Amino acid sequence: MLNKFIDRLRPQFEEGGKYHAFHSVFDGFATFLYTPRTTATSGVHIHDSIDSKRVMIIVVLSLLPCLLFGMYNTGYQNYLGSGASSMPFWSLMAYGFLAVLPRLIVTYAVGLGIEFVVAQWRKEEIQEGFLVTGILIPLICPIETPLWMIAVATAFSVIFVKEVFGGTGYNIFNVALVTRAFLFFAYPASMSGDRAFISAQPICGLGGTVNFADGISGATPLGQVATHTGGALQITNIVGDPVSSWDAFLGLIPGSFGETSTLCIIIGAIILMAAGIANWRIILSVIAGGLLMGWIANIFATPTYPASYLSPLDHLLFGGFAFAAVFMATDPVTAARTGTGKYIYGALVGIIAILIRVYNNGYPEGAMLAVLLMNALAPLIDYCVVQSNINRRLRRAGATKSTES
Amino acid sequence: MDNTIKLKRGLDLSLAGGADSDAPVRTPAINKVSVNPDDFPGFQPRMLVKEGDSVSAGAPLMCCKRHPEVTLCSPAAGTVTAIVRGERRKILRVEVTIGNSNDTIRHTIDSSSAQSIRTTLLAGGLWAYMRQRPYDIVPSPEVTPRDIFITAFDSAPLAPDLMTVAGGTQAELDAALKALAMLTTGKVYLSTRSDFRLNVCEPAVHVTVDGPHPAGNPGIQAANIAPVNKGETIWTLDIVTLMRIGRLILTGTADYATTIALTGSEVITPCYIRAIDCAQIKPLVSGDIKDDHRHHRIISGNVLTGSNVGIDGFLRYPYRQITVIPEGDDVDEFMGWASMSPSKLTASRAFPLSALRRRFAPDARILGGRRAMIMSGVYDKVLPMDILPEYLLKAIQARDIDRMEQLGIYEVAPEDFALCEFVDPSKIEVQRIVREGLDYLRKELE
Repeated sequence: MLNKFIDRLRPQFEEGGKYHAFHSVFDGFATFLYTPRTTATSGVHIHDSIDSKRVMIIVVLSLLPCLLFGMYNTGYQNYLGSGASSMPFWSLMAYGFLAVLPRLIVTYAVGLGIEFVVAQWRKEEIQEGFLVTGILIPLICPIETPLWMIAVATAFSVIFVKEVFGGTGYNIFNVALVTRAFLFFAYPASMSGDRAFISAQPICGLGGTVNFADGISGATPLGQVATHTGGALQITNIVGDPVSSWDAFLGLIPGSFGETSTLCIIIGAIILMAAGIANWRIILSVIAGGLLMGWIANIFATPTYPASYLSPLDHLLFGGFAFAAVFMATDPVTAARTGTGKYIYGALVGIIAILIRVYNNGYPEGAMLAVLLMNALAPLIDYCVVQSNINRRLRRAGATKSTES
Repeated sequence: MDNTIKLKRGLDLSLAGGADSDAPVRTPAINKVSVNPDDFPGFQPRMLVKEGDSVSAGAPLMCCKRHPEVTLCSPAAGTVTAIVRGERRKILRVEVTIGNSNDTIRHTIDSSSAQSIRTTLLAGGLWAYMRQRPYDIVPSPEVTPRDIFITAFDSAPLAPDLMTVAGGTQAELDAALKALAMLTTGKVYLSTRSDFRLNVCEPAVHVTVDGPHPAGNPGIQAANIAPVNKGETIWTLDIVTLMRIGRLILTGTADYATTIALTGSEVITPCYIRAIDCAQIKPLVSGDIKDDHRHHRIISGNVLTGSNVGIDGFLRYPYRQITVIPEGDDVDEFMGWASMSPSKLTASRAFPLSALRRRFAPDARILGGRRAMIMSGVYDKVLPMDILPEYLLKAIQARDIDRMEQLGIYEVAPEDFALCEFVDPSKIEVQRIVREGLDYLRKELE
């Protein structure tokens, strides 16, 4: 029935129709609701059922555990900071939901809005890439990032990182990460420190007010490490109690909205790898690179670089490292595309992330910059791998010639 | 010499409707054939007959403008009833209505002379049934190939058993292999599965190939035995053509009869059919297509590389298979991208329940929209060659000749990329791109 309705509407959106200006939007919704009936005209007569909608929806699915846990943790940090006596599960979830909802709406409205306009302008289909980007952006930003900043940063990166290069599949840098980097460099005061990561106000009667003057600090574990001066390093939570590795693994620590829980990230990684969407080579080599660099830094630990006291395992649990390994480094468009290239790319992401974290006191977290840097270098890595294939072919041709002569 | 090649990459699609080799072989009456020059890339047709002419079986209908000795012959004796032309008078096909006579062109061959063999293959039309690499075209008669690669099996979905299609005896095989060995400076490789029953005589080299499709493509076999380098030429053919060459040498007449497999999920009883090359489709399939009120797609060939010919069409080269599948343009699938149905044919793991299903009956829908190349490494998994398909395709699209050469365009044919096109989530027309690249390169370099 819905289908008949769509078919009835269709002529109005085609060339010459009343609403032709919204053709891409209409087409986007129509193909979202019903698999297009287009059949093969050249080449193979049957096609694999997988398409980019399926790919993107699986990535979104794999991000849901992080999103849900982010809601819980946002509520948890607020209730903890405001000294609430009880923490009912659903209240925490509701609080977190209300805290993140405006951010999701703003990101999707700005990003999809631009995508719709550009698709119509180019007379193309709407591409699904932003479905993932739109959920990634709120997940990797501190919960207190002002909405207008998110809007500006999203618009900047969708236009200048993706659309000017030709849209989904042509971008050099990961769109979500550039949004984060834009915020980080343009508005550093709102994006770091000890207040950005805790939602401090009650929302719709839920939660309480976190009073930072009361000796409460919302600094993230890595933030605490970076500002650490002398003495034994003890990472504490928002009210000053020590944080165990288990807490960090579960994700009950301050941090960007969706990246605190290593457990949920592992669940996401399992979904992605089981469905064959994310490349296990990249995930594995990022972790291996991170552990290796963390281990080296730990061997040569010095007070000059307090983060070098963190064990390699802590590096995986704190900050955005695990999230970057699973969801950012594996973006197929911006990562290395050759098989061998993926190992090199992944290992370098891991190594550079920890290198920045440990040896650059200005940046408590290095995962974002490491992935962006490697995005830029991925084509170079691929170039070398492709060149080795070419050289092999040339050598083979040379060998045949010499045996003939 | 006995060699074995084990291929790991590739994909065997498990489709419903494979031809049953125990079912009785049907022999429908065929009264029309149609030769389609587009089936022979690189062959620019010039007509040798007019409408109304009577022709014998094996009489040349067309020759190539560039190499007039290369001919396409009438598979049956009869009358030329139509020369169908398209835009700019391009010859689309030549129809011959089969008459009562059994006139057949006879050739006299000296099987010890390479020149005589060459002339007979050219005159008998079997030359055009072979392919050369580079460019995947009908072999140029001026070039002596480095090696010749013959495949004795078809690994494509629902493919017929090529030995059933070919028929043939040990004597024909021996004669053909000896003849081909005289046409090359190098070796003749015959690639078979391990259950091949005939003996492969010297000087031909017997290679056993193990692995999923496209293991049966002669180009894939060549790439894993002795790849084509720049400046080299190889020939590829299948055992059906090989047996015909043997028959031509032993009897002096070219045999255009064939046994084809009628396959596909929309066929009532998939079976083998006795037919001739270029036969009209209708008598071959009539009464055997399901009457289920669905639109049907009748493919001459397999689902990966065949041509959509329709019920009024004719058998297309290679004349060995008809596949009938649902067209699918009458299907409304609500939110197919979210489907958890086990009936989704896929090579990916993105549809977990598909692993439960043993046979699939896909339709011809693209099942998605065209996108840029987003996912990486998808093509590599189904292309068992030392080629970087993504980079080669990009070089072709950029029309960068140096890069195409460096990345191995001389080694490939569109059919080798058919599975890449199938598995691609971005639904890119990979085979068309490769064909355009080969044609472009040939135009620029010749």
